[in-house]
Amino acid sequence: MMNIPCPFCGPRNESEFSFGGPLKPDRPDPNATDDEQWVGWLTEVPNPHGPVQEKWWHVKGCGTWFTIWRDTRSHDIVEGPLDAG
Amino acid sequence: MQYRLDYYLPLVKNVPMKQSYSFLSLLRHGLNKHTTWTPAWRSLPLKDRYDVIVIGAGGHGLATAYYLAKEHGLTNIAVLERGWLGGGNIARNTITIRSNYMRDASIPFYVKSVALYEEMTQELNFNTMHSKRTMVDVIQNYPMMRDRRRRQHIMDIYGSTYKQLSPSQVRERIPALTGGGPDARLPIVGGYVHTDAAVNRHDAVGWGYARAIDALGGEIHQQTPVTQILRGTDGRVAGVETPRGVIRAPKVAVAVSGHTTTLTETVGLRLPLRTMNLTAFVSEPVKPLIDVIVNCPDAGFYLSQSDKGEMVIGGAPDFGQSFRRDIKQHVFEDTVTAMLSLFPSFKKLKLMRQWGGHLDIAHDASPIQDETDVPGLFVTAGWWGGYKAIPAGGLTLAHLVATGQPHPLMAPFTLKRFRHLEYVMETGTTTAR
Repeated sequence: MMNIPCPFCGPRNESEFSFGGPLKPDRPDPNATDDEQWVGWLTEVPNPHGPVQEKWWHVKGCGTWFTIWRDTRSHDIVEGPLDAG
Repeated sequence: MQYRLDYYLPLVKNVPMKQSYSFLSLLRHGLNKHTTWTPAWRSLPLKDRYDVIVIGAGGHGLATAYYLAKEHGLTNIAVLERGWLGGGNIARNTITIRSNYMRDASIPFYVKSVALYEEMTQELNFNTMHSKRTMVDVIQNYPMMRDRRRRQHIMDIYGSTYKQLSPSQVRERIPALTGGGPDARLPIVGGYVHTDAAVNRHDAVGWGYARAIDALGGEIHQQTPVTQILRGTDGRVAGVETPRGVIRAPKVAVAVSGHTTTLTETVGLRLPLRTMNLTAFVSEPVKPLIDVIVNCPDAGFYLSQSDKGEMVIGGAPDFGQSFRRDIKQHVFEDTVTAMLSLFPSFKKLKLMRQWGGHLDIAHDASPIQDETDVPGLFVTAGWWGGYKAIPAGGLTLAHLVATGQPHPLMAPFTLKRFRHLEYVMETGTTTAR
């Protein structure tokens, strides 16, 4: 189980959190983008073999949404929400 | 019925093996104290050029190479495997073979795959220990009953079998199922039985294919990881780079499950895939107790008893993307809790092993099999529960690689469906969420 650093409650068990998916790029303006880019934004998510930036929701705690960097190979949290960067 | 007959027609004759396995050969070699067996497949030197390279000697890669050789006469082919034969996801699943899916696009494909599995022992002259033992879905709420009824109607069209059971019929089929009574939080309200479902021996599938590929003239190279896919100046795929050197081929098929995006990124491709870790565990062996595959979608687990007597138990995947191959403690605890709610007597079972397989899931939870934007580079990916799809997935990918046209069974599963937003939203996967 991961020990996820909530910015408000501190490190808590993963079972208190709900996963919000990897952070996607900003939504492009549908009128200013072509179909290929738009479909890419809709369907493709970052899938790195290494650190990924993702959203978590402390749903069984304080309810805060925040992002962490997690290594998909080891599930080590390489950067928490309060770390520099 | 007209669908069914077509699927059951054998394609061509069985593969002629150099060393046929039979009772007589067992007797003959036994009289020679088993000193006269020859290896089931050869380890040939790696060449620097092939007609087709298949990356990944898992189920799909091996099946693809087999059908390329058998159906399309392509024998100058190599299957490259990073680890060892049968050591990837083909050994990291729950060996369930079934065709109870939801979509018109999916069901005929899985019906074909189940049919190919049923004749595999004969076709490959290798005992896959196929055990057609049926699957029982234990349903604990009415919306799920309606979902299954809808599936039943669609499956009826394509010749797959699905029948409703009453709660007492469910308990009759599975005497060990003592939980889920009228006082439970989720009482059992009924079930569905899928008589086509089976389990078999995963090693036998891998080894049987490897032996057949070898007999047909193909090559399998273990301990040969692909680090980079190479493109020619014309933009077409040119080959692959491995620590054993550059290997050239005009056609490369990627059948590497969870590592698909890692490999395709080396030629700048982006695919709508996420890699996730789906886990399972087994108990100590016990006497025969459950003779069907039990699937409990509302509780969130499924199990079957292996020939050795172990309970093979699977649950939900980890949250988020993962390239790990083990189970997380809370995922494990959730699955065990769910299982004990329906099988309280299993509390006494000791658990022996756990494993995870990292697999990729597409944006719409359906597989992807297509030639990519890099001409000559093919992918077969997104097989959420790909074990059951091995023979048909190999058949269709071999067709695509050899002819350049998608096989009719796989035509709805191209990459173009994302471009036109024609998703095949599949809810027939056991635990996708």
